[in-house]
Amino acid sequence: MKTLKKIWHWIDDRSGFTEIFGPLLGHLVPPGAKWSYVFGSATLFCLVLQVITGVALSLLYQPSSAEAYQSLQFITHQAAFGNILRGMHYFGASFMIIMVTVHMIRVYLTAAYKFPREMAWISGVLLFFLTIAMGFTGQLLRWDSNGVWSSVVAAEQLGRLPFIGKWAARLLLGGDTIGGHSLSRFFSYHVFIIPAIIFLFVGYHLMLVIRNGISEPPEAGRLVDPKTYRQWYQDMLKSKGVPFWPYAAWRDVLFGAGTIIAIIGFAYFVGPPELTTPPDPAHLNTTPAPDWYMLSIFSLFALMPARIESYMIIIGPTLTIIILLALPFVSNKGERHPIRRPWAVFGSACVVIFVFALFLLGEKSPWSPRFKSKPLTAVNIHSTNPEVMAGGALFYKKGCLYCHRINDQGGYRGPNLTQVGLRLSYGDLTIRIVNGGGNMPAYGGILSKKELTDILAFLQSRK
Amino acid sequence: MNEDTTDEKRRGFLVKLSLGLAGLAAAVAGVPVLAALFAPLIEKTPQVWRNVGLLDDFQIGTTKLVTFENANAEAWAGVTTHTAAWLRRDADHKFTAFSANCTHLGCPVRWEAGAQLFMCPCHGGVYYKDGSVAAGPPPKSLVQYPVRIQKNQVQVQTSPVPITNISA
Ligand code: FES
Repeated sequence: MKTLKKIWHWIDDRSGFTEIFGPLLGHLVPPGAKWSYVFGSATLFCLVLQVITGVALSLLYQPSSAEAYQSLQFITHQAAFGNILRGMHYFGASFMIIMVTVHMIRVYLTAAYKFPREMAWISGVLLFFLTIAMGFTGQLLRWDSNGVWSSVVAAEQLGRLPFIGKWAARLLLGGDTIGGHSLSRFFSYHVFIIPAIIFLFVGYHLMLVIRNGISEPPEAGRLVDPKTYRQWYQDMLKSKGVPFWPYAAWRDVLFGAGTIIAIIGFAYFVGPPELTTPPDPAHLNTTPAPDWYMLSIFSLFALMPARIESYMIIIGPTLTIIILLALPFVSNKGERHPIRRPWAVFGSACVVIFVFALFLLGEKSPWSPRFKSKPLTAVNIHSTNPEVMAGGALFYKKGCLYCHRINDQGGYRGPNLTQVGLRLSYGDLTIRIVNGGGNMPAYGGILSKKELTDILAFLQSRK
Repeated sequence: MNEDTTDEKRRGFLVKLSLGLAGLAAAVAGVPVLAALFAPLIEKTPQVWRNVGLLDDFQIGTTKLVTFENANAEAWAGVTTHTAAWLRRDADHKFTAFSANCTHLGCPVRWEAGAQLFMCPCHGGVYYKDGSVAAGPPPKSLVQYPVRIQKNQVQVQTSPVPITNISA
């Protein structure tokens, strides 16, 4: 025991661990910084897990357009614990995005971005977007048909940038089509470039936490005044502060460890998302869909009026970034307690509800044709009239069923036609089918006279 | 006094020298790095004609998926060198080839032969068989590829992924 102690003293003396990190660990934090403060550190825990599992994955992954898919199959189905490793990286990303979002909302609601912590907010906003960028590029590294098509979608979005759109898209894909360079580029973004920037800003973010201190829990009526705040904060720490380690940190550690265990649990019991078909750009029978954290944006694209879309793709994100970055400059003093800032609470709630609603819609994506719809069965057609039966078959063959529902079969894009015979007359139905309109193609040029009468007979019998 | 100013000058010179040299080294080292990053901007990929089948492989009036190699196919790129297009034989010697990329956000459109429509799985874009928009968010018609017939071979000219710009 004595020798061990001696050895440690020697190491500590020569390396300076205690001398350098002791004061950082023991720095005083305001009392009462309780459970709402754990999300920032939980994000950091997730980041560390992402780095470690990412490095492990890099030992098994082949970052080449030709082989990445096979190497992922290998990781998922053959490598020792490979499936869990992929799952941990996948759910780690999901948890990181959840934690960083909750952390951000908490900071906004308690106005911790106000003087003197403006730079912490700004670097945090950048980190938020970098985290999203990591999630997105990571999804592409799966390099199955979903990944390939997502990269085309990403390039298309960049293409809407004014003036430089085409160039930006080319840079992203590494050429003017998906090809040999595409994956190498995404690999470099996901593994080197974005992580390097993240490390830089995480370091800076943490340095600021130490320098300006953790924000004290807000109290209604206690205003932030830039002239006196720093002095007041120092005095408060001196009289009431507690050492960060271990009296405040235990919550971070407990919650962080819980988060990691939850991630491992998901990885073990749910597992990583299955790969879709191989990354052959000539394989078109795929339905690309983004990971859940991108689903809201995916829905937005489907729901936005097409006329404003090009502008929204550019202006929306730009405006969001500007507003977020401008926040601490617009309001950097005064009230902090959410009770006294009802609009902040209301606004945050609106954003959360909006994003969540879009997410739920995206899960269902009612705007997409249901290619998987099965032909109508005799039970669903329920008629022996040959015209009606022919019409029922045509209703599937002509793609109507992809968008309309009959009983419990079909899509959601157009109105449910189970009882359309009660609602619309023969004439109305004819006009709608022939002329189309709204999101209905004009079937006038597609159907023969006979086909049209059959379909009409079928629809008329739906009562 | 005199010695001090010389020293001062000397120091100033050395500072400038070190900064200048460091700047030069950084600039030179940066050339290949930036070249790797921005190469796709200066590389010109020639558009080439690719055989997609014999004339007799295509029936008049039907639309078929054809696969071919893209213009700058690296030998090591595996299946990602493939590209696809929808090719329809309109008449004896008349073909139309449509890009498989939706003009909305680039998802792969499918030809639904029964419905005679191209449909996009992503946000419900639909196109008529001439490529014009029938429904959904796509801002413009499907892009067409040039097609020609050479000695009984149908050929499609490779094209970049069509990128829709903001004015569309
Ligand atoms: S990509 Fe085709 S509808 Fe959006």
